[in-house]
Amino acid sequence: MPIKPEEVRWVAPPRMGLWERLYIPAVLQGLGTTLSHMVRPAVTQQFPDEEPKLPPNYRGVHRLNRDEQGRVKCVACYLCATACPAHCIDIVAAPSPWPDREKYPEIFVIDELRCIYCGMCEEACPVDAIELTTLYDLTGLTRREMLFDKEKLLSVYDQTAAAGTDPPRTRRGRLGPASEPLVPINQLGPSSGVGANAAHPSDNRTDSERAVAAKASSEA
Amino acid sequence: MSLLVTFVIIVVVMTAILGINSYLILLERKTAAWIQDRVGPNRVGFDLGLPFLKRLTGGFHFWGLGQPIADGLKFLFKEQVVPAHVDKVLYFVAPCVAVITALLSFAVVPFGPTPTSANPDVFPFVIAPNIDIGIVFVFAVSSLAVYAIILGGWASNNKYSMIGALRSSAQIISYEIPLGLSILVVAMMTGSLNLEKIVARQAEDGFFGWNIWFQPLAWLIFFTAALAETNRLPFDLPECEQELVGGFHTEYSAIKFVMFFLGEYTHMITVSYLTAILFFGGWHFPFIAEGDSTYPGATAVKILVLAGKAALFIFFIMVLRWSLPRFRYDQLMRLAWIVLIPLGLLNLVFAMFVRHWELSRWWLLPISVVLFVAAGLIGTLVSTQEKRVIGHAHQA
Ligand code: SF4
Ligand code: SF4
Repeated sequence: MPIKPEEVRWVAPPRMGLWERLYIPAVLQGLGTTLSHMVRPAVTQQFPDEEPKLPPNYRGVHRLNRDEQGRVKCVACYLCATACPAHCIDIVAAPSPWPDREKYPEIFVIDELRCIYCGMCEEACPVDAIELTTLYDLTGLTRREMLFDKEKLLSVYDQTAAAGTDPPRTRRGRLGPASEPLVPINQLGPSSGVGANAAHPSDNRTDSERAVAAKASSEA
Repeated sequence: MSLLVTFVIIVVVMTAILGINSYLILLERKTAAWIQDRVGPNRVGFDLGLPFLKRLTGGFHFWGLGQPIADGLKFLFKEQVVPAHVDKVLYFVAPCVAVITALLSFAVVPFGPTPTSANPDVFPFVIAPNIDIGIVFVFAVSSLAVYAIILGGWASNNKYSMIGALRSSAQIISYEIPLGLSILVVAMMTGSLNLEKIVARQAEDGFFGWNIWFQPLAWLIFFTAALAETNRLPFDLPECEQELVGGFHTEYSAIKFVMFFLGEYTHMITVSYLTAILFFGGWHFPFIAEGDSTYPGATAVKILVLAGKAALFIFFIMVLRWSLPRFRYDQLMRLAWIVLIPLGLLNLVFAMFVRHWELSRWWLLPISVVLFVAAGLIGTLVSTQEKRVIGHAHQA
């Protein structure tokens, strides 16, 4: 569809006065700006000498959480692998050796080079088994080295848990909602399921999330 | 004997220029970093990655002062990539032209005190002393540098390079004129084109004899045009990275690329020296470097004063690079043809009046200011925005 002339809005640049037309004041002003930046302290973080200040919810290398008995928490449900936009999670499930779950991951490999660190896997996981830590300086000599398998991911967990650098979103140590027994419906509050003031112990959503949920359930 | 002296001077000056060039590149990167609140290159010391040198220097990084050496070695040992589609001969000639013309134009630029009629037995700190057409020689040779760019762009057989080369030729032809006009005024005031005489004249008259007091407008025109001649920002249209992927040097790599770079930086040094010599009194500085200072080491002080002034201008050019945006091509041409050339001509005419009626030189200062403001006023009144405002007709 051609653009009609009356639809075109012409914008004239603001007219310049004599002061601006002389240009020199503007140039001096520009020089003033650049020169004032020259004497400012640099914002550079000199990486190997200096630890960068990362935000606490930085998304770095993954870890696979352990449960209270030190077993891998993952139940091999493939939700993370399905959610992953980079298709970098490879899981081979096997019947679980433990009675409390059906499956466990026999092989769990994340290609850290292919990963885009979006955090979708962490969001998808129903039992909070996979989490992104604040480790950022992962290096390797070969591509193969950057395929992190189950043992390596568990050791990342051990390291970060020992160092106290859990991501602030973590729910490790607490059970995820899917791994908990169902709450009978009559034990919930009168009209709202999980109300703003009747928060479930495992519920660590933010207040606003809870409010939204409560509103949605009262409308239903 | 004097041939030998000249030869020694040539060797010393050329080595110094090439050495200074490589550190100017470091300075440029550092300046860029400081202006952008960064640190800049600060990792490379003098160990060159060799273990025994590393032990010798204790692994100290010397604030990145080894960077130019590392860069130079890298460029030297880099693979010589010659694209298949280039014109082989011209492709290799172009960078050589760039370096040769840039170095050649420095030949008549005095970098220290030179003999004058008053004290003729001073050692001449210039490669080719007493050239009467000095300043003309500089610009004749340095405008040959455009051949490097045109040949490079043409031989590269690449559209971007070609556009860069074309822009460069148009730009250099346009800016030669205001450049010449601004220098003519200075030459007229001194009555000589000889750079040594121009310095001597300013030194005789002391601090208030510097040409900048009488010719601020000529300085402005000179400096603007010189920036355009050296292809420095805001006039670096021949190479602008964003639209032309480097322009004329897109197809160049390794040492050939460095030669273009050396040419550009040598130009910058020459221009800075010329600015100091033509407008800022050369090696003269009140009290410490007067024409009749004869204390021991006075010569060294004079050389340092001139070098210091030139260094200030080099630094100024670098800061300017990060302060001003690049011109659009039509703006660039308009600036040369309808602002700088008329201004330069009028300035020249008024300087002629002052000379003819032998008025005080100080008349030139108010004349410069009035001319400059008048140009701004005319620009405000006859604004070129009319053209776009016609577009409003559609709106009705
Ligand atoms: S962070 Fe994103 S890309 Fe990386 S494994 Fe998880 S879901 Fe895949
Ligand atoms: S989503 Fe969680 S439980 Fe399911 S396979 Fe991935 S890590 Fe394991």
